[in-house]
Amino acid sequence: MATLEDGRPGAAPWLLSGPALLLFVGLLLVPLLLTLMLSFRVFSDTAGVTSAYTLTNYWEVVSDPYYGTIFLRTAGLAFAVTLLSIVLGVPETIVLARMKRPWQSLCLLIVLGPLLISVVVRTLGWQILLGNNGVLNNLLQSLHITSEPIRLVFTMTGMIIALTHVLVPFMVMSVWATMQKLDPQVEWAGRSLGGSPFAVFRRVVLPQIMPGVLSGSIIVFALSASAFATPALIGGRRLKVVATAAYDEFLGTLNWPLGASIAVLLLIANVAIVMGCSRLAERRFRHIFD
Amino acid sequence: MAFLTLQGISKRYGDFTAIEQLDLAVERGELLALLGPSGCGKTTTLQMVAGFVTPTTGRILLDGRDITQERPEKRGVGVVFQSYALFPHMTVAGNVGFGLEMRKVKRKERDERVAEALSLVRLNGLGHRYPKELSGGQRQRVAIARAIAMQPELLLLDEPMSNLDAKLREEMHIELRAIQKRLGITTILVTHDQVEAMTMSDRIAVMHRGAIAQLSTPYDAYERPATPFASTFLGRTNAFPGEVLRRNPRCAEVAVAGTTLHVPHEGRQVDGSVNVYIRPEKVHLANGDARVRGRIATRVFVGNQWLLEVETELGKLRVAQPNLGAPPPEEGHEVGLAWTDDDLRVLTQDDRESAHGHA
Amino acid sequence: MKQNGILGLVYNAFFLTFIIAPLAAVMLVAFTDKGYISMPFDGASLRWFRAILENDDIVSAFWLSVRLAFASATIGVVLAVPAALAIARYRFPGRAALTSFFLSPMMIPAVVLGIAFLRFLSLLHLSGSFWSLVCAHVIIVLPYALRLALSSAVGLDRDAERAALSCGASRFTAFRRVVLPMIRTGVAGGWVLSFIQSFDELTMTIFVATPGTTTLPVAMYNQIAQTIDPLVASVSAVLIVGTVLLMILLDRMVGLDRILIGEAR
Repeated sequence: MATLEDGRPGAAPWLLSGPALLLFVGLLLVPLLLTLMLSFRVFSDTAGVTSAYTLTNYWEVVSDPYYGTIFLRTAGLAFAVTLLSIVLGVPETIVLARMKRPWQSLCLLIVLGPLLISVVVRTLGWQILLGNNGVLNNLLQSLHITSEPIRLVFTMTGMIIALTHVLVPFMVMSVWATMQKLDPQVEWAGRSLGGSPFAVFRRVVLPQIMPGVLSGSIIVFALSASAFATPALIGGRRLKVVATAAYDEFLGTLNWPLGASIAVLLLIANVAIVMGCSRLAERRFRHIFD
Repeated sequence: MAFLTLQGISKRYGDFTAIEQLDLAVERGELLALLGPSGCGKTTTLQMVAGFVTPTTGRILLDGRDITQERPEKRGVGVVFQSYALFPHMTVAGNVGFGLEMRKVKRKERDERVAEALSLVRLNGLGHRYPKELSGGQRQRVAIARAIAMQPELLLLDEPMSNLDAKLREEMHIELRAIQKRLGITTILVTHDQVEAMTMSDRIAVMHRGAIAQLSTPYDAYERPATPFASTFLGRTNAFPGEVLRRNPRCAEVAVAGTTLHVPHEGRQVDGSVNVYIRPEKVHLANGDARVRGRIATRVFVGNQWLLEVETELGKLRVAQPNLGAPPPEEGHEVGLAWTDDDLRVLTQDDRESAHGHA
Repeated sequence: MKQNGILGLVYNAFFLTFIIAPLAAVMLVAFTDKGYISMPFDGASLRWFRAILENDDIVSAFWLSVRLAFASATIGVVLAVPAALAIARYRFPGRAALTSFFLSPMMIPAVVLGIAFLRFLSLLHLSGSFWSLVCAHVIIVLPYALRLALSSAVGLDRDAERAALSCGASRFTAFRRVVLPMIRTGVAGGWVLSFIQSFDELTMTIFVATPGTTTLPVAMYNQIAQTIDPLVASVSAVLIVGTVLLMILLDRMVGLDRILIGEAR
């Protein structure tokens, strides 16, 4: 086990982490600050970004119903994807945990592997599957479940399905990590005390994996709220989310200050949700785990 | 009619046999220890009684009822696990009351019985705490309280003390035994610690490679071991190989390293190559009537006794002398050793033969 | 532990199908012989794989991505390893804050990072430069390299190093001959993971990429946004196979579940 150095650390740790720190301050902190400042600038159609400062960008984002719809849609998307990830991902993780090697490793690889494949590829796959002429529609029609193709591309439903596919591995990861810490004898204890397998699952296993479900939900929610590629490709022009709206302003209208203000709001919302929920979860489950 | 009976129990995993033809009868209210080294099958036996593992062959009868195929939650068997296996997300009271909850006991009665169980293990007032906030010893008591709160017909203890430090362990031996006696619950204790088995149990089943080598009271298990394995596993002993010269009505004449020893055979059909055993505490230093002489090779002081290793013509003899009066001579000195022949034991060298050769 | 019943196994099959479906769809379409998205069941061909080689945009985007990923991963690891050692071995004020700072890019939406970099680079007139892109990617991949290096460094047995010192080795020699070899797999795994993350990166890069510095994911995105033709599918198929091979490599080196689930905080 590693032990920390005794005595005063001196300059060593700072020298070691210095280069990385410099890079981060220069290339992360500074750009973020610049973006913040940009969001306060005035934009005019003729002169572009001016040097005057204002709060109108934020006001516009907050008051204009156009953006209101976008924020609501994004939140709705995030909720739906999170819920679906829980419903789909948690049972799968439990099944995985009960598998024997080598099947377990193989299935885990299949489930988590797609995280290493670019999101473009995965989303392309959904476009192929969900298209009017796509595999899913052809399948449903050939099984005579539907007589006409169902529109799934450029719909909220399609977005939810595709985004869930992209993000459910994170839920599995989180719940899996929690399950690894469980003592299998605890389940047997529940059985010996008269609990049926179902009762033991409900009263003993499930409560213990709740922290994992919660932290997974936080990650999935945050990632789906800020998702870009999947909503852009599957949602299309008419179903904008926060990330694609920011893109529009920046690379479309070229109203950089407005785009920056959307970005800042997204960042604040993200950080607030993640840190707020994490803190809540920590307090709630503090007595259970180390 | 015994309270718990295991008939012809065996457990095989593919080619590997964990338990072979086990027969065991446990009396009502007794505490029986399954004692043996790791891998001897004692935990597997316990798991079969609890219902976590299904036997390959054989039957298990509890109070006349065949529970072999019964699911664990229906058996009414309380289990204390080695790691305690407390529910981390429930309070102590929640843990202890879980069995009662599963039996649909009403809240008021449940609370009373939980309080009772907690006071029995001397944890009054800690009901609202969580397992994480307790010490190891306290967690163990919670595990015990949880198992007995539902008033099980049978209590199974799976190496419950192995995670406690030595001092605490000693205290818990006595305390747990007292609780068991007071409640009168039939109990099986699985352990590799022979002191624990001897301190707590009414009878010990010494297990070796999936079978019971000996089943007897602690005293008999120690004083009259039935197999070479039992001799060496319980306590320390001296063993000397020899050949049987003649078998008399009460004792056998065994040639050991040049001398002849008269060893009581206790009805065993000993013949040919045998081992002669004597416990270190049965050998003492003597001058005049020394049976054998030798040189002290090692002398170790362990507080309540001195442990000596003496090189004699019989071989290396271990001697334990209680710490009373003067210390024994130092290393290098010559001494004489003596014993009573009645304290000698003899067993055929082959484990299995010995067990079957016992009359 | 309880075994899986038939219900569990069926669900698992369903779930795995869900996971694989889009990837399988892409791989199948890559083999079509038609000029539009279709399944190869009534005619398969390798024409779209050949088409990759003939498409200069795709080929140059591929090589750019490779060089970019290589540079980012290498610089990322070079910066992350000392930082990881500092965090793992020294107790200094600001240690927790520093760690959070280094891991923060994972918590910042990629869109926000893209916008921030775009603004920053345009102010400095560095927009079209390869190396500005590298810097941006280093920020993105460093948390991954750091996490892996950290878990290696934290698990390190300091006594081995102390034994070397007591045998007379200088601090530097002890580091080079004892510490470095012990964290080698964690570092190498961090490099491979960083490479993959940089190569795959899309959202942030879309903002920062220019016609001269278009990465493969961005090129594919642009293609898909206009029309989907089987070319993107064949490129994707190649990427899938390549990633699977890298995954196997990663698994051999460090163990995939350790990487993907991560440890040290």
